[in-house]
This record gives sequence, C-alpha cells and structure tokens, in this order.
Amino acid sequence: MRTVEAPERIEAPPEIEPQPKVTRYRARRISYKVLMYILLLGLCGFILLPVGWMFTAALKPDLEPVFTPTPEWFPTTFWEWGNFHRVLTESMPFLRYMINSTIIVVACIIGELIACSLVGFAFARLRFRGSKVLFYILIVTMLIPWQALMIPQFLLFVKLGWYGTYLPIIVPSFTGTAFFIFLMRQYMRTIPKDLDDAARVDGLNTWQIFWRIILPLSTPVLTVCAVFTFLWNWNDLLRPLIYLDSDEKFTVAMGLANLVTRADTPWNLTMAANLVSILPCVIVYFFVQKKLIGGIASVGLKG
Amino acid sequence: MAAAKGLMARKEQRAAYLFLSPWLIGLAVFWIVPIIASFALSLTEYNIITSPHFVGLENYRDMLQDRTFWVSIRVTLKFMVLSVPLYLVCGLLLSLLLNLKVRGINLFRTIFFLPAVLSGVAVAVLWVALLNPDVGAVNTILRSLGMDDPPRWLDSPTWAVPSVVLVGLWGIGGGAIIYLSGLQNISGQLYEAALLDGAGPWQRFRYVTLPMLTPTLLFVLITGLIDAFQVFDLAYVLSRGGTQGIGDSLQFYLINLWNEAFVNGRYGYASALSWVLVLAAAAVILVIFRTSGRWVYYEYDPERGR
Repeated sequence: MRTVEAPERIEAPPEIEPQPKVTRYRARRISYKVLMYILLLGLCGFILLPVGWMFTAALKPDLEPVFTPTPEWFPTTFWEWGNFHRVLTESMPFLRYMINSTIIVVACIIGELIACSLVGFAFARLRFRGSKVLFYILIVTMLIPWQALMIPQFLLFVKLGWYGTYLPIIVPSFTGTAFFIFLMRQYMRTIPKDLDDAARVDGLNTWQIFWRIILPLSTPVLTVCAVFTFLWNWNDLLRPLIYLDSDEKFTVAMGLANLVTRADTPWNLTMAANLVSILPCVIVYFFVQKKLIGGIASVGLKG
Repeated sequence: MAAAKGLMARKEQRAAYLFLSPWLIGLAVFWIVPIIASFALSLTEYNIITSPHFVGLENYRDMLQDRTFWVSIRVTLKFMVLSVPLYLVCGLLLSLLLNLKVRGINLFRTIFFLPAVLSGVAVAVLWVALLNPDVGAVNTILRSLGMDDPPRWLDSPTWAVPSVVLVGLWGIGGGAIIYLSGLQNISGQLYEAALLDGAGPWQRFRYVTLPMLTPTLLFVLITGLIDAFQVFDLAYVLSRGGTQGIGDSLQFYLINLWNEAFVNGRYGYASALSWVLVLAAAAVILVIFRTSGRWVYYEYDPERGR
C-alpha cells in the first residue's frame, strides 16, 4: 500500500515562503480534495441508490405500486418485512434454493481447495519434465471460455447418468480450475525455497513439505480461492440451467431467473427474493474484503 | 553422488506428477476429450435421441447462411466495441480515484466493489425494473430532466446492447480491483524520481503510471474481449429467457449457442458453433499477444532474467 502523496512532500517550510502563496497553495489543495469527495460521493450514489430502490420495493405491500412518479430511493412509509418470509417459504421456495446452492458451493470449495493447492504446489515448487508445456496449457485453458466445451461435457454427463443431479457441477471442481491453480502457484512461489531445503535435511518428504510447511503458509490464497469459488458457484446460472431439471433442485440464481422469465411475478416479491439471494454474497464480501483485495494485490498478474 | 542426485530428481518428478494428477485427469476428461468430441460432433447431425449422422461440413455451411448466427455475431461485436474501451477507461479512472489517500477511502472501496460480488442474474433482475421504459427509475429521472422521449432501453433494438453495457458499468468496481492492485505494485521511488525531475501530475501519470500499468491493461484487454463472447446471464434475464418481445436485439453468441443446443436440440450444429467460439477466442488471444510486445512494458525481473 504505497503511494506517493506528492503535495505533502514538497510543502515548503512556511516561514521561508511568503504568506499569500502558502494560502493559495492550501486553498488549491482543499478545493482539489473537495472535488474528489464530490466525485466519490456521486459515484457512490450511482452504486447505492439502485440498491436502496430495491430495498424500498421489497418492503412494499402487495397493493402499493413499486414504480412511483418520482423514484423512492429509501424506504420511508412501508415496512412489509413479511415479504421476506413469503419469499423464503410461503409463496416461493427460496429457502430450498438457498440450501441447494449451499450444498453445491460447499462441495465445490472442498474440491477446489484440495485440487488447486496440490497442483499449484507442483507448479510452484517441484521440478519435472514438461513443466513449461503444462504451464502453457494451464494458461490456455484459463483463457479459452469453458462454454465452448459445454456441449460435449453435457453429453458426457448425460451418458454417465448424472443429468438432473449436482454431480456435473461438483465433480469438475475436484480437478481444479486453471485460474485458482495459477493464483496458488503465484503465491506459493513467493515462499522462500530455503524452507524446503531445510525440511529435506530434516528428512521430510515432498508430501510432508506440502502438508506441514507450504499449506499452512498459504492460508491467504486459500481464502481467496474459497471466496471466489463461493461467489462463482452461488452466482452461476448456465450450468444449473443446463443440468438441473426439477424445481426442488434449483439453485438461487435459477430461481431468480425464473421469476423474471414468468411475467406475472409481483415486483415487491421479486425484489425481496433478489435481496435474499444476494445477502450471503454481501455478508461474505464484508467479512473477507480486506483479504480479497489484498490477496489479488499480493498475487499480482505478472507471469 | 551424481547417481543419488538423479534418484532424487526422479523421485521429485514422480511426486510432481502425483500432485498434478487431479488436474491432469480433469484436463483429459473435461478439456481434451470434449475438444475432440466437439469437433467430431460438429461434422454430424445429432439430436441425442437418434445416433449421430455424418454430414461433413454441412453444419459450417449452414452457419454461413443462418441469419441468427450473423445476428449473434453482430450483437456480440457491437457489445465488444462499446464495452471494451469504455470499461478499460472507466475502470482505470475509478481505480485512480480509489487509490487516493483521503479519509474514508476504504469505505468507498468497499461500496464500489460491492456490485462485483453480486450475480449477473441479481443485477439483471434489478436493472430490468430500473430500465423499464415507461415507469422505471432511469426514464423517470430522464423525463424530469426534460428529456421528453428517453430511450426505450431493453425494448428498443438500438438501445438493448447499450443497456447491457450500462448495466455492466454498474459492476465496473470488479475491474477496478485489478487496476488498483497494479497501481499499488508501482514503486513509490519512481514517483519520487519523477517529482525531482519536476514532473507534474499529468506527466507522472503519462510517463510512470501508464507504462507500469501496461501488463495490467493487457490482462484486462484480453479478458474483456473474451468476456464479450461469454455474455449470458445478463442477456438471458434481460431478454426474459431469450424469448420475449425484443426479438433479436440481445441474441448474443452464447445465447444463440445455448438455444441451438438445449432448446432446439441441434447438438451437431451447436458443436460447430462451439468450435467457431474456440477459434475466435484463440485468434483474439494470439493477435493481442503478438502485438503486445510493442506496448507492454515489463519490469526487469532478476528471477526470470528478463
């Protein structure tokens, strides 16, 4: 977190500078700061007002229009908290959807963490023939959109009899995702190599070095991978749409998409469902945001 | 001694392949086999019920005459042309703003990155309401600002794609994270040196920040271009399941591919579409990498000897 705040460094001692120049300089600095704050606040409005509108709409009773002649950005008159209850259990099964999404997400996190830490470790710290070629392949699979392969994958899973189950979504995560393997490799490369050498002298084998030394030191990148896996799978629409066929297996993203596809859903309940669906992401985000931003920064993007 | 070293190396190699095995299995089962299968299928007519029927290159020929295919190309390219430069510049500007050392900047960062963690579906559901041409908040504001005839957004063939671009702009914070990490990796000494040379704010940006940020720009450019081929969730929800009202105006490449395979059951033809997608992505990556040597600046990295 190093940036240079230029004006502070070149500030001259006040007794040498003639008085009016200092005031003018200070005035310019203050007006610059005010301008920046105005910009930041304006952009905050662009981000937050839609969320406020959604909240207002979600809290309206059924007969109250959600679209008003002037948009209402904050809830003032109506506080129909029961809408959330209705969305979760009564008129919509969003509790069920959330449980389904949670099952998928937890299984995928376990799979990704196991696979990506193993593979990332091999790329970062072991010497083997073909490592360069395999790493290039890794980068290529990171860039080619997986959707280009969804049809043969779909046919494969249908042949295996996995259509209509969570397996086509969960099982691939146990083979790792290129992006996470890349992140792990980048991170594990920064751990000093002396640690391995010392451990080898102490008689530890490769597995023990991985399990007892490297893995415990890699918790920041493991957290980043777990959080991204959570977000991506919680938010994924395409794969559940392809593989799941019955309402009791649907995920949150699918349930939401279906609400809009059906034209008759009331807006207040739609927005309540939307808020319920994003709440877990927002909670996770608030807990880990420092690590998330720091994690990306520490990994860097240089090959 | 040399023999022992050779043994060590062999053991390390065996261990390495064991560690790599989950990924190698995945690579074979979920990448290599599907790529080959997809090419084989693209030469057939296949509806999953009857067995594949070889038709040669007919699927590719059909594609060239398929109006929907060309519509999807046009929509995708339109999105690409509008979104890539806009997101590149806006993401960069936002990250410069968020890199300022002012009080409360962490709170601002938290707020700006928030939309990036929300699902495409959730964001789309929200903006379907906000962009409603008759009663939505956006047009209500535009009318109160004196615009009598605001765009009909998702209901209009001209404005549908710009609407998707606008909705994407709401989540621009996600891209700004990447720039921000790039900015924070720039050494403060470079700015000090520039200051000593009497460089103003613009010159510091132009001759220090921008060159040091080119690797990040390269990354964002490539992912941005490829993302245009992958637009699905937003378009699916904004066009109410790819079916309603607006017809072709949100017929993105992936929507068309999904429709042909999973709605029309034309798996052979959809495989041909998949292959074109792989080739297009590969072409983009190749062209960008080939030209990147001219404008991407890499710092000397002693470990790599570059």
